[in-house]
Amino acid sequence: MIPVSVIFYVFATLVAGSGLFMVLTKNVLYAAFSLLICLLSLAAIYVCLFADFAAIAQIMIYVGGVLVLILFGLMLSLKSSDAAQTSPSRNPIKSFLLAASVLVGLLFLIFNSNITALPGLGNIQPQFLTQKTSIYHLGIEFITTFALPFELASLLLLAALVGAAYISAGSKIK
Amino acid sequence: MNQIPLEHILGLGAVLFCLGLLAVFSKPHAVVVLMGIELIFNAANLNLIAFSRYDPEISEGQLFALFVMVVAAAEAAVTLAIVLRVYQLFKTSNVDELNTLKG
Repeated sequence: MIPVSVIFYVFATLVAGSGLFMVLTKNVLYAAFSLLICLLSLAAIYVCLFADFAAIAQIMIYVGGVLVLILFGLMLSLKSSDAAQTSPSRNPIKSFLLAASVLVGLLFLIFNSNITALPGLGNIQPQFLTQKTSIYHLGIEFITTFALPFELASLLLLAALVGAAYISAGSKIK
Repeated sequence: MNQIPLEHILGLGAVLFCLGLLAVFSKPHAVVVLMGIELIFNAANLNLIAFSRYDPEISEGQLFALFVMVVAAAEAAVTLAIVLRVYQLFKTSNVDELNTLKG
């Protein structure tokens, strides 16, 4: 049986590699499809971190919803000539230096701050190693403690959908 | 047993964040900029889920990650509607060419 950590490192490589390809490629459709691989591998990593419902929500919301929206947005906003499908980088050296310095700073902080010595971060809570699924507790939390944010999220989604339909319809609605 | 160190998950989140930052900085196409913002959202979600393993209350980090996903979906829908309208008006989706307000 393959240990969970090996699966984690395989999918972490996949996430970083497809994210890097998304940034480096000039073709915007290749970028969208490498974002698809990145999001699916992140769902696998969520399973490795005991978050099975978050993994399913990641596949349904991001891969099934946001990425389809992005692909439609790309197809509707590209000129039909081949040259317009590429999106070459502007200021590549400056932006690479900025992102690389942020990355080096973050990694330096993460690996030098001895973060697991903080109280409460020493051991993984035992319920995550014994429970079969996290849906039971998540559902109870959603309808008791977090009922108001849950309803507000549904209102936000409704407002966003109505607004998006109104904006994209434009002058056709009087 | 799960032996993935917390530092490695946070490091992956940092890598993902900086890749999204690079896409936002260096890509002129508006939809690719939006894809970079989605990468940044996912980096934040990965950190929330990594810390939720240590939560003695059951998994509030996962709850917050689900709310982040909902807000990200709403944001993507509105942003793409705006990009489509801008493309209909200006016939371009290059963010460098949208400089009507530039003095």
